[in-house]
Amino acid sequence: MNFETVIGLEIHAELYTKSKIFCGCSTKFASKPNENTCPVCIGLPGTLPVLNEEVVRLAVKAGTALNCRINNVNKLDRKNYFYPDLPKAYQISQYDLPMCSGGHVEFECEERHVRVRINRIHIEEDAGKLIHLEEEPFSLIDYNRTGIPLIEIVSEPDIRSPLEAVTYLRILKSILEYGEISDCRMEQGSLRCDANISVRPVGQKEYGTKVELKNINSFRELQKALEKEEKRQIELYRFGEGHKIVQETRRWDSGKGRTVPMRSKGEAHDYRYFPEPDLMPVIIKESTVDEIRGSLPEMPYEKAARFVEEYRLGEGEAEILVGDKKLSEFFESTIREGASPKAAANWVLGELLRIMNEADLSSADITMKPAYLHRLISLVESGTISNTAAKEVFKEMFESGGTPEDIVEKKGLSQISSKKDLEILVKKVLEDNPKSVEDYRNGKTQAAGYLVGQVMKASQGKANPQMVRDLLMREL
Amino acid sequence: MQSDYMSAWDISKGIAEKKFSAVEIVESHIKRIKERDGEIGAFLTLCEDEALAQAREVDEKISGGRPVGRLAGVPAAIKDNMCTDGIRTTCASKMLEDFIPPYNATVVERLLDEDAVIIGKTNMDEFAMGSSTENSAFRITKNPRDITRVPGGSSGGSAAAVAADMVPVTLGSDTGGSIRQPAAFCGVVGLKPTYGLVSRYGLIAFGSSLDQIGPFSKTVLDSALMLEAIQGKDERDSTSYRGEYQKSYTDSLGKDIKGMRIAVPKEFFMDGLDDEIAASVQESIKCFEGLGAKVDEISLPAAGDGLSAYYIISSAEASSNLARYDGIRYGYRAKDYTNIDELMEMSRSEAFGTEVKRRIMLGTYALSSGYYDEYYNRAQKFRKVLKGQFEDVFRSYDLILGPTSPVLPFKIGERNSDPLQMYLADVYTIIVNLVGVPAISIPCGRSTEGLPVGLQLIGPHYGELRILQAAHAFEQEIKLEL
Repeated sequence: MNFETVIGLEIHAELYTKSKIFCGCSTKFASKPNENTCPVCIGLPGTLPVLNEEVVRLAVKAGTALNCRINNVNKLDRKNYFYPDLPKAYQISQYDLPMCSGGHVEFECEERHVRVRINRIHIEEDAGKLIHLEEEPFSLIDYNRTGIPLIEIVSEPDIRSPLEAVTYLRILKSILEYGEISDCRMEQGSLRCDANISVRPVGQKEYGTKVELKNINSFRELQKALEKEEKRQIELYRFGEGHKIVQETRRWDSGKGRTVPMRSKGEAHDYRYFPEPDLMPVIIKESTVDEIRGSLPEMPYEKAARFVEEYRLGEGEAEILVGDKKLSEFFESTIREGASPKAAANWVLGELLRIMNEADLSSADITMKPAYLHRLISLVESGTISNTAAKEVFKEMFESGGTPEDIVEKKGLSQISSKKDLEILVKKVLEDNPKSVEDYRNGKTQAAGYLVGQVMKASQGKANPQMVRDLLMREL
Repeated sequence: MQSDYMSAWDISKGIAEKKFSAVEIVESHIKRIKERDGEIGAFLTLCEDEALAQAREVDEKISGGRPVGRLAGVPAAIKDNMCTDGIRTTCASKMLEDFIPPYNATVVERLLDEDAVIIGKTNMDEFAMGSSTENSAFRITKNPRDITRVPGGSSGGSAAAVAADMVPVTLGSDTGGSIRQPAAFCGVVGLKPTYGLVSRYGLIAFGSSLDQIGPFSKTVLDSALMLEAIQGKDERDSTSYRGEYQKSYTDSLGKDIKGMRIAVPKEFFMDGLDDEIAASVQESIKCFEGLGAKVDEISLPAAGDGLSAYYIISSAEASSNLARYDGIRYGYRAKDYTNIDELMEMSRSEAFGTEVKRRIMLGTYALSSGYYDEYYNRAQKFRKVLKGQFEDVFRSYDLILGPTSPVLPFKIGERNSDPLQMYLADVYTIIVNLVGVPAISIPCGRSTEGLPVGLQLIGPHYGELRILQAAHAFEQEIKLEL
């Protein structure tokens, strides 16, 4: 029997605001523990929340970018549960009236046209972070993250494979980045993903029992966790043990590479949602929605089309570039500095990605200036340095951020392109190798290669090979 | 009772005119508190040093010819559920016995801006849940009019402090009658403003959609003066009123009330109302008619059904508001826990009193899945119906008049064992909170035993001026000895 996998994702993205959702505290990452806290976000008795309007704008932006309807009358609700990282013992969220609903994302994946419908996007506050010390009988709490604004984007179960799930998440991430809605740093937790997965025999209408996977912190883990769970469920069905799949939440243990049960449906929380009495309804005017929609920056799929059209890139190349907003911006800046699109694409898609992958760095770590890459390209085109030398300069530029000229100078990599200097070298080599000269003149053309090599050797590799060849030909 | 009473109005005028100093006033009031509060038990914390320092500042301002606020040198006490920077704020609960807030409630800031002197924090029912102040974790407050009786609640300490002339003005909070009912029991004036008129920032929440801060005083003029000081838009409270505020109430109190239309709901005079209270209220109606008001009996059909809706909504909100007291960040923490769940459970079990636990359980139940529609949602629907009925009345009338409480101050311990009996003491006041309109309780007479009777005047949203004018005219007319 063949099985079909059904997946839906719940994505939490921290919004790109300067201050928290209900107080003036900074949202800066990596501050000292509990540095970014105040009586409001640690929920001291008597304090009240005041909604940061930028949060609403960004949520509406996300909604319009993902083709959602924006609800004009919104309320916030309290989600009640006890946990030490939640200072008020309730999270201010949205229950039955999310800010955005009914959107979609479309893409191609393994020959299938995928349309993932978005059920809803709502705003809510983040909780703090518990730090468990294995050696200590207590835990520490950092409330810096408490009150950081989040949107939760809930998809419909329209995804059919782990790879589609990863692709969907990638596309969503790039849309949020392009819209400057979230910085989407999965490694810092500003983009998080829970996945609901079930399997069913192909052709069956009803969904199978779904399992929720939590604690997934990278694209790679998302794929692995879904593959593992997909396999577990299919195996159980195959052996007639399908009843052992229970509706539950399982935690992905990336270290062990497996999921472990957290809680079953029976243990599920009753969150006792009710309307937040401390906040007024949030009214979003249609004119505001139109204004936000109109001011949406270029989205990744639009940019990809433009790259193909304007810079004559291949579709695959364009997709790789726009998939990473910062990378695509670096690429375009290099062109704006004067580099040819072809050369810029070659360097960015070649050397730059290779170095980043090797060092496990992201485009946010690029400190090199686009102007320097353009100048490096010019140095190659003018013959000042060889292609091989340019790669060395590029690596150094990436690491140190220095100018290409300084690096060429420091490393003595510039090619000898001065005709006078080369003529002296060529003459000397011809004098020292009469036998080869003789051979060449007798029709052994391969002797020319040997002679070019000798000139290069004499120049310690710095001679411009094309010029050497030209000069040799003339002398011979 | 005592002859040393001075109103806030007279104190601030006298200080501004240098008849006496703020330090003299504060010292004499501290002395009175020390003499009387052993018997009454109105205070939980006295801040003598801070108060004297504040008083000296006021005197310096005056001697330096600098302008002073409208409450210059007036000793005021604050119910212990409003946060005071550096001064412990307990909510009369073991849970917050040692809680020292790092910030001032907006109302406290506003009093300080007007140069009032905060002299102490007053007793209350734990987390403002109760109608007798017997639910305080720390002490019983006695009714200064008869020390065998309760002062009402939950702001019993604030009402008793004014009734015993320990301070001329205090602040209380009113979620279902917690200002007006103790005002009636203690024979003083108590005003609950329109929801949103006074900032709730720094008021430790009980029922967020119902809570409102207001003043106690012996005269209507002093309550008007206090309201001027504490009202106003606050950026830190999203439910704060965004419209225009009445700049002064004290300026226009003397206005006569000829032609004022007053509605008296017949539902206020049904079963359970004390005969003496009924008689006293009837007398008051005659007095209002004598002043030129036009009084009609009307029907407010939903008025009698507010109790269950009130207890569901206020308890639901309380169950959520009080969830933060988990022993993790501040407040009481149990000793012998072995894991995090035990820490939270034991801390809450040990530190909350019976009534608080009862309401948390009631509220939790009302919000539980499967019960939400039947309880919380239904209560909210009732609230809308009630609002509609009030709006209808206020289309034809300026004020609604009735008794504040159906019962006279009862004996300490008398109603403790029966929560339902206790809840019934709030039947006329809770509907006002459900609708969000303002209301005042003013003394209107005495029972044969000499116990105070309170009259409630309810106005439309932001109708404080109308209420204060009517109350002032009535007060001047009947001239009760307080």
